[in-house]
Amino acid sequence: MTEDILTEITRSLVACEPDRTAELTEKALEEGTEPLAVINQGLVPGMEAVGEKFQAGEYFLPQMVIAANAMQQAMDLLEPELHARQQVSESAGTMVIGTVKGDIHEIGKSLVATMMSANGFRVYDVGVDVSAEAFIDKVKETDANLLGLSALLTTTMTAQREVVQALEEAGIRDRVKVMVGGAPVTQEWAESIGADGYAEDVIGAVALGKRLAS
Amino acid sequence: MRPQFKILSDELIEQIIAEGFELLMDPGVRVHNEEALELLADAGAEVDSDAQIAYIPRDIVERALETAPSDFDLYDMNGEPVVHYGGDSVQFDPGSAAITVLDSETQEQRAPVTEDFVKFVKLVETLPQLDAQSTALICTDVPEEIGDLYRLYLALNYMEKPIVTGAFRKDTWWTMKDMLVAVAGSEQALAEKPIAIFDVCPSPPLLWSDLTCQNMIDCARYGIPSELVSMPLAGATAPVTIAAAVVQHTAECMSGVTICQLAEEGAPIVWGGSPAAFDMREGTTPMGAVGTWMIDTSYTEVGKALDLPTHAYLGMSDAKVVDAQCGLESAGGTFMAALAGVNMVSGAGMMDFESCQSYEKLVIDAEIIGMAKRLIAGVEARDEPIALGLMRKLGHRADYLGELHTAKWFSEEQYIPSAVIDRGSLEGWKKKGAKTAWERAQDRVGALLATYEPSPISDDLRDELRAITLKAAQRFGMDELPPLPED
Repeated sequence: MTEDILTEITRSLVACEPDRTAELTEKALEEGTEPLAVINQGLVPGMEAVGEKFQAGEYFLPQMVIAANAMQQAMDLLEPELHARQQVSESAGTMVIGTVKGDIHEIGKSLVATMMSANGFRVYDVGVDVSAEAFIDKVKETDANLLGLSALLTTTMTAQREVVQALEEAGIRDRVKVMVGGAPVTQEWAESIGADGYAEDVIGAVALGKRLAS
Repeated sequence: MRPQFKILSDELIEQIIAEGFELLMDPGVRVHNEEALELLADAGAEVDSDAQIAYIPRDIVERALETAPSDFDLYDMNGEPVVHYGGDSVQFDPGSAAITVLDSETQEQRAPVTEDFVKFVKLVETLPQLDAQSTALICTDVPEEIGDLYRLYLALNYMEKPIVTGAFRKDTWWTMKDMLVAVAGSEQALAEKPIAIFDVCPSPPLLWSDLTCQNMIDCARYGIPSELVSMPLAGATAPVTIAAAVVQHTAECMSGVTICQLAEEGAPIVWGGSPAAFDMREGTTPMGAVGTWMIDTSYTEVGKALDLPTHAYLGMSDAKVVDAQCGLESAGGTFMAALAGVNMVSGAGMMDFESCQSYEKLVIDAEIIGMAKRLIAGVEARDEPIALGLMRKLGHRADYLGELHTAKWFSEEQYIPSAVIDRGSLEGWKKKGAKTAWERAQDRVGALLATYEPSPISDDLRDELRAITLKAAQRFGMDELPPLPED
């Protein structure tokens, strides 16, 4: 029975039926299924399957984001139950992510945030046009071990360097790994500003985040 | 609403048709075929037997235009109607009868052999953008005399889609008909559900050669569709003005429809062609010239005005390698054809005028075709109201990517290209090897061929087709057919 409902949760994620994912998650809890089992045997395999389909070219960004949102919605239902049991879901790491000062491009950054979240990271999305100070405050507040900096313009990518410098000045550069991304950003740029990594797309960003956080 | 394209005014169409009728009386049509001359004479046309010229009165032509069907279907090997000739339906097949194939390694043209054509047929099967096969390559490892029927033999062993074909001789047509009857089960079954259409080509100006005229008559008698391929060469074998070249095309096609209908009333026949605007510097027949496209789309409008199914040779290039010229010319012609509503557009894969077929160009052209088909599918409201519900729900949030509405519609609203088209970031493109369109097309050809599913025809049928073909080959000094390539 339990196994069946977990399989159904996996299927609902892959089928992009977010309402059904939420409904099944509630039902599983009512039936007494352990929240950690819902996560590890229901939601995580679903997200993995969606990721595989995306990489195989069968799925596209909308399916990825819908599945990730469905997973987040299910996690919101599961969190109080985990809390009640004094359990925590296995976290891959804590990430602060935003688009740098002077740049209001949102989509790439939000996509990475969504997918990092769906892959087990605690993600704090600080939005767009974010100052170096605001990034640093959030890193300190959340004790994040990953910082994602997005820039879509050649004129704003220099702000990524400023954030890295500000981290050093604040004395917390060694506490956090910095990953950079955005259309004009390259591996060479990442290295030249002293960032820890660069990924060209959302799948690459998740893989990079996992590597840097481990 | 489907995007509309119109190139001729109604008055101009009317005048072109009127002058087409006039040309059939003066100077008349040269018909180098006894049977056709008899048919025309019996119907009341004045025939000069010595000069082999027929003067066809308007009423005979008008009657033929009436009895020729305005639409019909071609069927796949499973008996499903998959190609519709008539109205504004638009379908694509590869350019046919190339005498060379572009070698994937050397990028040079070479003589095609059995293996090349089989590979080509398999590739066409795997490309969803292509609606029909064509006998696209002439294999040089069999006697020239069976070059036409041998292509059909090979194709029938590997294809599921219907095929656009043609005969190079009068006698080989019968062998090809026998093959098609073997596949269909009987002559009646073939006439009811034709799987092939034969190109029949008048010679400009105003000439029906013995061979092509006989092919057309034989097709008509067996209920096998034929496709007129009239090819005025504007400025050389036809007047240089586009409208006048179309008048010549009209007269040639009217005479074809007339002979066809006199042979068998109601036989399916298509108003088609492969004209060109003669190149005044090189003396060549450019398929990538805008003038060529204008002649094609103009005669298509004439054919539609006469309520006949239409065909055109478009979407080809005169380039010798798969380069920027190749892409721009193929795209231009393909989009024009789609907008004009040409029922069957022949040309994909073809380059160097109509001489060369390329696997790589074919997979690139398939992307162009995919885009053109999307274009003519037009813009739909999809929802009522169109956007208010969704946009008010999201307010000012830019979160459309995660909406079910997006997942529901994106693959219908957008044409999603294969990896032949690069839309990645600069870094992503570099990471994948910084490949050019040619290199990505090479990769795609290999990937598609790996997905080819063998045709489901029975071993008995394969043996029968082989026996029919072998009998023809033996008449021309070939004792054994080349073996079919292993899958």
